[in-house]
This record gives sequence, structure tokens and C-alpha cells, in this order.
Amino acid sequence: MLQSSTIDVDKIRQDFPILQRRIKGGHKLIYLDNAATTQKPRTVIDSISNYYMNYNSNIHRAVHQLAEEATFAYEEVRRKVAKLVNARSTDEIIFTRNATESINLIARCWARQHLTKSKKVLITEIEHHSNIVPWQLVTGEAGASLDYLSVGDEGRIYMEDYAQKVHDPNLKLVSVSQMSNVLGTILPVKKMTKLAHEMQVPVMIDAAQSVPHMKVDVQDLDCDFMAFSAHKMLGPTGVGILFAKREILEEMPPFMGGGDMIKEVHKEYTLFNDLPYKFEAGTPNIADVIGFGAAIDYLNDLGFENIRQHEMLITEYALERMKEIQGITIYGPHLINERGAVISFNLGDIHPHDLATILNDFGIAMRSGHHCAQVLMERLDVSATSRVSFYVYNSKDEVNILIDALQSARRLFGL
Amino acid sequence: MSEDIYREIILDHYRNPRNKGRISDADVSFHDSNPLCGDEIDIHLKVEDNIVKDIKFEGRGCAISQASASMLTEMVMNKPLASVKELGKDDVLENIGLVNLGPARIKCALLSLKVLKMSMVEYYASKDPESAQEIREGSRLY
Repeated sequence: MLQSSTIDVDKIRQDFPILQRRIKGGHKLIYLDNAATTQKPRTVIDSISNYYMNYNSNIHRAVHQLAEEATFAYEEVRRKVAKLVNARSTDEIIFTRNATESINLIARCWARQHLTKSKKVLITEIEHHSNIVPWQLVTGEAGASLDYLSVGDEGRIYMEDYAQKVHDPNLKLVSVSQMSNVLGTILPVKKMTKLAHEMQVPVMIDAAQSVPHMKVDVQDLDCDFMAFSAHKMLGPTGVGILFAKREILEEMPPFMGGGDMIKEVHKEYTLFNDLPYKFEAGTPNIADVIGFGAAIDYLNDLGFENIRQHEMLITEYALERMKEIQGITIYGPHLINERGAVISFNLGDIHPHDLATILNDFGIAMRSGHHCAQVLMERLDVSATSRVSFYVYNSKDEVNILIDALQSARRLFGL
Repeated sequence: MSEDIYREIILDHYRNPRNKGRISDADVSFHDSNPLCGDEIDIHLKVEDNIVKDIKFEGRGCAISQASASMLTEMVMNKPLASVKELGKDDVLENIGLVNLGPARIKCALLSLKVLKMSMVEYYASKDPESAQEIREGSRLY
């Protein structure tokens, strides 16, 4: 059993205005859908309105004071992101709309150049649709193929299987999630990257579920590309991050053409801008990037080790309590240090959507369905699961209410 | 509230669906799913003298979608196609006793009606394109 948490949940909850609202029937909101998106602290919301109220301006071009302030604030967040994931330089941090766009950028700009007939991209069965469909599209266009690493029931890959697949001379890219959004399984991405690099195969990490919850270091992992989203880590929607090694970005053609990504435009040709601006065409999502900066500050103040510790404690407690419920099937790793704060489960023959409807009566926001991971659902041979996912503001009291609600669902369905 | 939704009759049709299965010599079959939930319904129709001689469904999904499909098959069995054509969403919601479903769950309740309407579109496609078009318009339930 893990020991105490250094996170003061009661205090944290005061920082999130939405957690004060009530759900139909007068219930307190119990928000357990954090793997989909997280709630936003007041500092994030305030920083966005502060930008619009006090220094709204386009960035990078104008020389007036507002533009200077807005440019500084936007670029300051790039520095914060670089520091967060320990990138060597801000040149390696590109702002996109979401993690999906970050992956698509690599598929469009890098993979399209490197994939030809008979070449391969390797992913796993646990991937989110955002790390499947872009590769289906780009391998399809190139006549290349998409290969899957199969996973065990707990979502783990087989290392021998991987070692064999990675030795295929036709393999051009490995793209893998660091943490499953369904099972919470944490994959050994550092080891996987090392093996891939021995074969000169670059590695992309979908870190949408990991960066928000634990310390992630791109230099330590040595990955070539990484994608994640601001909105899954207390930030606003509409901001995704792409990390890529500078040497690779320099060789890559631009993603979209337009303003800001250019140095000079002439009738016949254009000189593209330096990194990272070459990949950020048009006016970016300035306000929300600035909001994301406030989210990073908030998480850094809590400390990522404390966040991980808190999540392990609450996940362990939830797993213990859920196991008491008759007829429950819990998916994913049993060892707490091998999983994130995500628990997928099914209860008897109650369909997850029915369960979500029942839990909503208790004020509980829980996810149900295939979680954008239909390949994994097929692998687990289920059509859907229920999923609870925790973050810094969730408490054991909320887990207790979840357990009561699940027991109530059992009674309603006569289980 | 959930107690009003998951009444005995819904759970009974969910666990003991009526007319579930295939029709080997069906005149028409149609499949659709709810991308949001992943509910799936197939409807197989056998028509004789413009009457629904037999109807069966296959599917998987939540209690609302599956009970609704089961109850719909009972509703239209041995009924003239002309009256089945007129079925609207309120008829189905009243029949299953779920008139106050929210926007997220109403799609579960109406998926089977949508699939039934589309199977009739298929049925009429070559015989009576005008009716087919009319039913297709009416199949946009949500």
C-alpha cells in the first residue's frame, strides 16, 4: 500500500470554478473523465481573459507595444514547454491545434517523404485512433504498409516480438503511445526507442496521456517526435504540441503554407522561415497558448512527482474498492507502478452507456464506449468499456461515491 | 432519472430480445451503427403482399438501443408497409415509454427505427423510387 499524498486536494479544488457547480438533482460534480479532457483552474481562465482584455494583438510582426507583449507571452510558453519536456531548444517545440494534428504533421511532412512501396510503419494495438488513422492514410498513399504490435490482455507489448519487428529492414518509423488511454498501461518507450535506433529507425511517441501525469524527458527517452495536448493537462482546448529533433525538422518540408512560416515570398518562390515558425502558418491560437502557460505553471507548482504519487494512491484505492463489487471486470495492469490513473471496466451485462447514464444521476461524469481505440476493443473482444480517469483534484471521497453508484447500478439491473 | 429509464420492461427486452436473429431469405437487410456509442443494429425484412411478413434484428449495444429494437420488431410485425412508413420517432419513444430521453441517449432509442426506415428505402429503391425517396427523407430522425 502506498503512503500519504503531498497533494492537498481540498485546497486544489478551490482553484477550479467548475468543481463548485451542481449536476441535475443537486449533486456535486464528480469529474472522472480526465483522460478525455481536464478541467481548468482559474489562473488558466484568467490568463486568457487577461490577454484579450489587456494586450490582445497579433504576434511576431507588428512593432507596437501590444504586439511586443503578446509575442513575449506566446514565446514564453514555448520556453516553458521546452523546459517541461527537456527539449534542447525552443526550435524543437511547435504549436498545433491538438495532439492529432501533431501526429498528422509528422505523417504528412516526414513520413510521406520516407515511405515508398514495401516500407513499413509500426504501431501497437493499444493506439488511439489519432495514432492509427494518419498512418493508414499515409501508408495507403505510398503503397507502404502499417504493421501492428500485438499486446497482452493488460496492454503490454511483447519485447521479443518488438525486437523482431524492429529488425525488419523495411521499417521506417515506430509510433507508439507512452500510456494507453483505455487501460492506463505504461509502455517501455525508452527501451523501444533504443532498440529502434539501433536499426536507425526513428520513433514517434504519442504522449497525450503521459505528459500530463508524469515527468517526461525527451532527451532521456531520445525519441525523435512527440505529440501531446494542452487540454489534457489543465490547459485550454485548441493547443497541441509537437516536439521533434531539430535536425529532422530542418530537413522536413513545411506543413501548411501562409503567413508567419515564411521569410520572403516572391512570385515564383518562397524562402521559408526558421524553426519553429516554418511549421506554424497563419495566426496561431495565441490566447490559448498563453493559457497553457498558466497550466504548466500550475502543474509545476504541484510538482510532477507529487502528481504521479497522488494519482497512484487514488488509482490504487479505486482498484481496491472496485474489486469488492460483484460481477465487475477490470481491464489493464494490476501493478500500480505499471499503469496511469485510468481504469476501464465492465459491470455484469450492463452496457457502459447505460452505466454512464446511471452514474450521471450521482453527479459522476464517466466515459463509456470504445474510447477512440476500436482496434484495442477488438483485441480485448469487448464492444465497449466504462472508464474512470483521475487527476489532481480527485479525492478518495469521490471514489467512495463512485462505488455507491456502481452498487446502485447493480441493484437497478437486478445483478 | 435512471429508475424511469431502466424499468422492468426495458431490461426484459434487453435480456430476452424478441425476434432476434436473421432471416435466411430476407427481401432486404440493412445495417447501421451509432458512431458515438458503437451501438449496432441489423434489420432483416420479409415482405409479402405489402405486409411485413417477418422481421428480425441483430445487434449489440446498450439496453436502450437493444430493447428499443426488440420492441420495434413487435410493433411492426404483420403490419402493412404503408403504416410502417408512417412511423415517426414519437411513436417509437411512446411505445418504449421513454419520451424524456436526453439528446445523448435519444439516438440509442431511435437507431432501430432509422435502420428499419433505411431497409424500407432499399426495399422500395427499384420498385417505387418515389416512396424510397420519401422514406429516406423521413429517416433523418436525429
